[in-house]
Parts: sequence; C-alpha cells; structure tokens
Amino acid sequence: MSDQALNTVGKSELRRDGLSHVTGKTQYVDDIQFPDMLYLKMVRSPLHHARILGIDFSEAEKVPGFVRAFTYKDVPKNLYTILCLIGVGPDEEPVLAEKEVLYKGEQIAAVVAQSEEAAIEAAARVKVDLEELPAVFDVEEALKPGAPILKPWGTNYFVYEGHHCRRVRYGNIEQGFAQADYIVEGCYEPKPIEHAPLETTGCIAKPEANGRITVYTNTQALYFSMDNTALILNVPFNKLHFVGGTVGGGFGGKVDVIVEPIAALAAMHTGHPVKYLYTREEEFHVSSTRVAYRIYFKDGVSKDGHIVARQVTSYADSGAYNRHTPYAVTKHAANISGPYDIPNVHIDAHCVYTNRVPTSAMRGFGVTSASFATELQIDKIARKLGMDPFEIRLINAYRNGDMRPYQKVVGDATLVEVIQAAAGMAHHPLSERFQAMNSWDRANSPARPEPVSAEKRS
Amino acid sequence: MASKIVTFTLNGRETEVMVKPLTTLAKALREKLGFTATKCGCYEGNCGSCTVIVNGEPVLSCILPVEEVEGQNVLTLEGITPAEGLHPLQQAFHENFAIQCGFCSPGMLMVSKALLDKNPHPTQAEVAEAISGNLCRCTGYDPIIAAVLQVAAGSNGNQGGSHE
Ligand code: FES
Ligand code: FES
Repeated sequence: MSDQALNTVGKSELRRDGLSHVTGKTQYVDDIQFPDMLYLKMVRSPLHHARILGIDFSEAEKVPGFVRAFTYKDVPKNLYTILCLIGVGPDEEPVLAEKEVLYKGEQIAAVVAQSEEAAIEAAARVKVDLEELPAVFDVEEALKPGAPILKPWGTNYFVYEGHHCRRVRYGNIEQGFAQADYIVEGCYEPKPIEHAPLETTGCIAKPEANGRITVYTNTQALYFSMDNTALILNVPFNKLHFVGGTVGGGFGGKVDVIVEPIAALAAMHTGHPVKYLYTREEEFHVSSTRVAYRIYFKDGVSKDGHIVARQVTSYADSGAYNRHTPYAVTKHAANISGPYDIPNVHIDAHCVYTNRVPTSAMRGFGVTSASFATELQIDKIARKLGMDPFEIRLINAYRNGDMRPYQKVVGDATLVEVIQAAAGMAHHPLSERFQAMNSWDRANSPARPEPVSAEKRS
Repeated sequence: MASKIVTFTLNGRETEVMVKPLTTLAKALREKLGFTATKCGCYEGNCGSCTVIVNGEPVLSCILPVEEVEGQNVLTLEGITPAEGLHPLQQAFHENFAIQCGFCSPGMLMVSKALLDKNPHPTQAEVAEAISGNLCRCTGYDPIIAAVLQVAAGSNGNQGGSHE
C-alpha cells in the first residue's frame, strides 16, 4: 500500500460536473421541454384513512385542455413493492388507490391535460366520494388489539420470515442481565425528516417512434426505477429507456418509484410526452420521509463499564406502505448494538404500518437512527457509572476478530483509533492505558466478559 | 385573456416575448425563451433558486409577472458567463466546492453578483445576509460564503459580465 503511487487520495479533485453547474448548463428534468408535452396532476386523498366509494370525472372532463384521467384500472400491475427486486414482498402499495386510501395525500387518480394550469384545474374538479375510517398514527397503538387494521394480511406489521419483527439473538440475554451490576434503560425517538431537495421529484416520459418510452427522471436509482416501472406496466425492460443521473439533491428522497410508472403509463396511452413533477407542497406533503423510530433499550452493565447484555425493542414507523423501510429495519436491527462488543444481545425490531405518509430511505437509513440512539445510550451509561464518555467507548469498542451479534466477524474495526483521534482533537486527556489501546488486540483492555454460549445464533 | 408582447433587455439583447397575463418572469425565461440556467425549486417565492438581476437588484423571477420588466434590464446566469472561461464568481464557486447538486447555484451566483456589484468588499456577515433568502440543501453554505469572500478579496467582484 505505502509504495503505491496515489493519484487522487490526499488531493482535492474539482467536480467533473462543476463547470456545467456554475454556468447553468446542467440539464435537470424541469429544464426539458417538448412542444406537444402534456402535464400530469394527481388527485390525492384528503383523509388519512378512507374507503373509496366512487370517483366522478364529469366536471374535470369539461376543463378546456383536459386529455384523459387514469385510475388503478388502467395500471396493468397496480400493486407493487419497490424492494420486490431484492426479494421483499408481498406487493402492497398501489400505484393508484383501489378501494381504500391509507394516508393523506395518497394517489387516487391522475389527470393529464395540455397545460399545467388545465391539469391543476381538472384535478381539482375530480370528485372523490370517501367514507372516513378510523386512523392510527402511533407505532405502539397500531400493534394493540382493536387498532384499525391496514394490511390485507390482517396485521399492522411487516412479516420477517414468519416473525412479527426482525430478530437478533446472540448469547443469552437473561444470563447476561444476571451477570450485570447495573441495569440502564432508555427510550429514544428519532423523528421523521423531510429531505427537502431543492429540485422536486419528477420525470418526463416520452413515447418514441419505435414504440419505446424514454423517461427523463431525477431518480437516484435509475435501474431500480426502470425495472419497477417495467413490472408495473407489464412491458419488457427493453421497452423503456431511462435517462438520468442529474439529481438536484436527493439524500435518499428520490429512491422511491412513484412518478415514473404513472407518467410512462400516461405517455403510452396518450402518445404524448407527459411531465409529472411534484410541486414544492407535494414534495413536503407526500414524498417519503426518514423513518421515525421508538427505541427501548435495556442494558446490563458491569462495574468496570462493560455492556454485558443488551435488549432492544424498537418500532419503526413505515407509514402506510413498505417503500424501503422493511430493509431499513433489518439494517437497524444489525446496527442497534452499536460498534460495541456486547456478548449477550436480544433485538426485536418491528416494522409497523400507520396512517402516516410512507417513510423510506434517507442518508444511512436504518443505521443513522440506530447510531443516534446507541450513542445517547452509552453516554447515559457513562453518566450512571460516573465514567468518562471516551473511556467507556474504548472499553466496549469491538476489535478485529470479534463476532457481531448477527454472526459476522469484524475485520475492519477502527473505533478505538477514531475515539483516540477525537479525544486528541477535542483536547480531552486520555490516560496512557487508553492511548495504548488499538483495534488489533486487547492489550491494555480490561478482561472481556465471557459470552454466554447457549442460544448463540441469530 | 389575450396574450401580449413584453419587450425588455435580456443579457444585453433586446428581447420580445409573447405571454399570457401574469406569466412569471421565470416561466417566460425558461419556457418561452429557453433560458433555463435560472432554476425553480419552489415556484412560490421561498427558495431563491430563481434569482435574476433586474436593473442591478436581485429579484425572485418565479413571483414576478414578466409585464413588470417591460423596458427593464434583466440579467441571468447565461448573461454573466463570458464567451470563454468563467466569471470570477463562477470560478470561485467551482474551486471552493460551493456547488454540489448545482440546483441552487444559479440563484446563489446571481445574488452574490448583485451583492459584489454594490459592495465589492463585504464582510462575512454581509455575504451571509445577502444569500439568506437562498436555500442550499447540499453544501452547508460555508463554501459558498468562502467563494464570495475569495472573489471580494481579489477585488475582482465587479469585473465580469459583459452585458451589464
Ligand atoms: S423558485 Fe423562486 S423562490 Fe423558489
Ligand atoms: S448545491 Fe444542491 S442545493 Fe445547493
């Protein structure tokens, strides 16, 4: 490594798209225009939970410039789940709502018109007859008996391989607690956050002479988007040509597949390019947010500062549909024991449905929220024991060769060195013993608590 | 309502555009005239990305009816970009990583240009104040302020732009 010539590491390289950005020549979706383009606006649910009794387009059809409306009946495969491509199921989110709406702002019908103004006017004139149903907004309320049931399989949780939550089991939690000198509990609730990219989510789908549809999109996940669109439209993948890569801010907010399938469907049916770009209000109101969690910790800690047992019960608010949250919860379950070597771990991480706007990916999703909670918890433990917050992390940090609770041997540990460097930068004195620690061996570290061997599998 | 023709100077050129009443300057520039450097992050006067310069003042083009610029002098990012190379602000934005996704950059550049034209040596606080109506979700603002201050320190803040 050291005698290898490095061309880029250690240097700042100017952005390759920088010149295009500072001259305003970068072409974003909203900068693309076609002379015969149509505009798509969505009719959305004004209620959090309701049964759809009927939709009346008669007034909308009278708006000059109205071209066509679409309902779920027009969508070849209306039910989907974005992560079906990596084996997550079942399909449970409708492209356009069928019998029921599960969140305020849910897509019910699409209206396409010759101008944006006409599309807005026509969408506003669509009458949707709704019967309001009781809604649930709290993850724990949603799991109680008597809560309104949102999913066709009869529960409000995602099913992980037959289980009601994503489970991690390592060591023996009861024996771990029995070994502990202290029990430290905590509850943490990272909130949903809107990514608020400066460019709103959108695309233009354009029918080509050869029968293909070109989709200009600002998705962060071009192939994911294309594959899902092909499945929803029930066309071979080679019928679609996705053009993208220029994203005016995403942060995870542009990995859901929402605008492309319906715009492509409208383009196929009308023969015109169709633009579906969220307004700023839609971006805030209906685009997915970061997942909100409620995370309960119960940690067993020994007098010398070792966490010897960790039990976590957490509830992720998926909102009304899956999007990326079932996957986020798996990452959350893997990371909620932190970068710490804890010999006895018991995690129940629930992915819960509520009548909130669906949640999904955002920067380090699953992991960021887990780190937030885990680091607050270890500070709480340090306070309880009267220990230095740097030292307690150095004591518990996993080293190379340690087993993670989800059965992966650590090969790239760096926490010890990071904490030492952070202490240096913060001018926080560390005693020699802590400065001498490293990620490769346990020299200078207190004896490691013995893992309890029973039940040692994930 | 009938469309009408609005005449104004755009980046040094006499320009005519036929628009429906209350068409915004942003829509006229972007959709009628093809000047798409000006971006619209909200179309409702909240984000600053659509900032252009009218008679030396930064304005939000997404909420300004184009009739209001009849006979006026409008400058967009296209107009400050020299035929070769970059305006000093563009160069400084590029070099200071004051751009990430680039969507706020046109508005940031125009608001910074309007500032330096009036006040070639602003303080850090004055730069922060000048860009305070412009949102950037990527950079955290510091590199943008650094870029503007770098141009000011080179006292070349009011040089660029051939069409003023
Ligand atoms: S687009 Fe004009 S302020 Fe946002
Ligand atoms: S660079 Fe992305 S919003 Fe500023």
